[in-house]
Amino acid sequence: MSNPNNVSLNINHDLTFIDGHALTIPTLSILTEDGDIHPSATAPDISKNTAIKLYETMRFIRLLDERMQGAQRQGRVSFYMQCLGEEAAVTASAAALDQDDMIMAQYREQAALHYRGFTLDQFMNQMFSNELDLGKGRQMPIHYGSKELNYMTISSPLGTQIPQATGYAYGQKVKHIDAKSGELESPIDNVTICYFGEGAASEGDFHAGLNMAAVHKAPVIFFARNNGYAISTPADEQFKGDGIASRGVGYGIKTIRVDGSDALAVFAATQKAREIASTHGEPVLIESIAYRLGAHSTSDDPSGYRSKDEEANHKVCPIDKFKKWLIKQDWLNEEDDAKAKEAIREDILAALKRAEKVQKPALEALISDVYDTPIPSLVRQYDDLKAHIKQHPDAYPITAGRIK
Amino acid sequence: MAKMNMLHAINSALDITMQEHPQACVFGEDVGYFGGVFRATSGLQEKYGKHRVFNTPLTEQGILGFANGLAAFGAPALAEIQFADYIFPAFDQIVNESAKFRYRSGNEFNVGNLTIRTPYGGGIAGGLYHSQSPEAYFAHTPGLKIVVPRNPYQAKGLLRACIKDDNPVIFFEPKRLYRASTGEVPEEDYSIELGKAEVVQQGTDVTLLAWGAQMEIVEQTAKQASEQGISCEVIDLRSILPWDVETIAKSVTKTGRLIVSHEAPITNGFGAEIAATIQQECFLHLESPIMRVCGLDTPYPLALEKEYVPDALKVMAAIKQSMDF
Repeated sequence: MSNPNNVSLNINHDLTFIDGHALTIPTLSILTEDGDIHPSATAPDISKNTAIKLYETMRFIRLLDERMQGAQRQGRVSFYMQCLGEEAAVTASAAALDQDDMIMAQYREQAALHYRGFTLDQFMNQMFSNELDLGKGRQMPIHYGSKELNYMTISSPLGTQIPQATGYAYGQKVKHIDAKSGELESPIDNVTICYFGEGAASEGDFHAGLNMAAVHKAPVIFFARNNGYAISTPADEQFKGDGIASRGVGYGIKTIRVDGSDALAVFAATQKAREIASTHGEPVLIESIAYRLGAHSTSDDPSGYRSKDEEANHKVCPIDKFKKWLIKQDWLNEEDDAKAKEAIREDILAALKRAEKVQKPALEALISDVYDTPIPSLVRQYDDLKAHIKQHPDAYPITAGRIK
Repeated sequence: MAKMNMLHAINSALDITMQEHPQACVFGEDVGYFGGVFRATSGLQEKYGKHRVFNTPLTEQGILGFANGLAAFGAPALAEIQFADYIFPAFDQIVNESAKFRYRSGNEFNVGNLTIRTPYGGGIAGGLYHSQSPEAYFAHTPGLKIVVPRNPYQAKGLLRACIKDDNPVIFFEPKRLYRASTGEVPEEDYSIELGKAEVVQQGTDVTLLAWGAQMEIVEQTAKQASEQGISCEVIDLRSILPWDVETIAKSVTKTGRLIVSHEAPITNGFGAEIAATIQQECFLHLESPIMRVCGLDTPYPLALEKEYVPDALKVMAAIKQSMDF
């Protein structure tokens, strides 16, 4: 009998099918709900500074989410997506990376971006699509991106960043391969992390991206946020088998599942994943299990598809859990925390008002960046449009006054 | 100069690129050791290693997703889609991602380093899944450039220009001419400017416009027409997006007549865009309606290919109709 490449044959003589759920992958948990370390667990090596920054990021994002959810309800921004319930998964994974590692996110990972240093004003400018938005007012709110912070601009189509992360990570690796011997000189200085939800794992891009990463050994950390819902579709109507983690194993990728409400577990897993990716130049899959406490987006109403009882059963607050641990470490106290929250709320409100007042991008933003320089047809169309707006300035108040 | 066929010319352009940039990668289905189904990448893996010239799994979506990421990183990504007919699984990655990367990010990121090569068109008895000309689908998408060469000299110079261009480009290679078309090609590096049509033959009575493999047909027809006393101006569009309105309009202003010919189905083919634009630019100079000689609105056939394709006889009939209008 031939042995096709890359398959290990374990011959038996019983007609047996392996059950689709046979693979049961354990879930790493380090913190208890009371903020203690599980007796049989080992806390990761995390400095006080990192732990405090991690906590401050989660706290900030929770407050930003609350305020912007409200701002959307008031009609001040058109759209918003909260990270509610997944703050630890997103922040702790970002905290375990190098600042120069590339982050390719889906849309709910604003905490990772803030951890990198994206300012409150930068968040606001994007959401209000004003002329200070790095994306020049072209995408809906929450489609952040920053080259300086190595955070790839969000794209609305779901899952498209997954094979892109594989390609990006492969680029990070290529320069570490010796041209003559073909050997990898490790460690690779920077790797890529790719976030996506369990819903996006149904897209073809997921399968293409994981398969290519496995075959070509790209140093990418796939971070699946399994939060129980893809918009309104519960995970059990989204996939079968043992979560997204089992798919990682199927593709031949080192895989771990973590409690996504446990900042220490996520931090430990991501730190180790980064080490594997950068040392061996190969992909890793992390599946984080953390219930999405909020709606999918402001266009969604979870009361239509899940019960209050169900939500109550999942009310583990990842931020509180970590806070309890910090207090036990004597790195934080309730009084300072309360004061800080009040100050952040005021900052957010002030930044929101500032961003609202900044003018929209100039007309030029309509045609720039389609190509590196506008092609002739675009130049003609732009000239025609300018002439038209000059003739009807009252109909185009945002741009008319600024046309040269 | 050396005598090369189109595959050699393409291989030479890729070779120069691989030498030039130590992180440039050539990848696609079977492109590694085997050199691709048409052998356009022959010898490159031996020269540059398996880590830079490699086979991908059979996933066009994955190839383009990977290519977008690699190009965004900053490495020249030279992706091959084995047949243009199989580019559609990658449609989302090209149309929603490659094309919009720079625009949606406010130029924080771009994939200007991406070049997609893919053999297109009929004439190899390939039937409906090995003969399509899908350029018009992509020409509707701002952010892409689309280029089609007609011979080995054009292939090398245009491909090098595509690679150097700071925008994602789709390079459609006329597979029927891969080996059939040969000519003198410089061994050293050179580029042909994108977005410029080439007036291949001057004429006064009618302008014939085509690109890629269809150029051979219109050149042949122009020769026959001249024997009948009709002077054709023959233009190779070369770049579908952006396209050279000026050169075409100038020619049509002179001749008063335009016939556009392409293999793809006529309805909503790129000829429709040309006809609409040129009638606006040249309305008062036109002696007859702009005509299109194209594929039928059917999938590309196998047995009845001769009937389907816009051949010299059909182009000649259109010339006569135009002259007699």
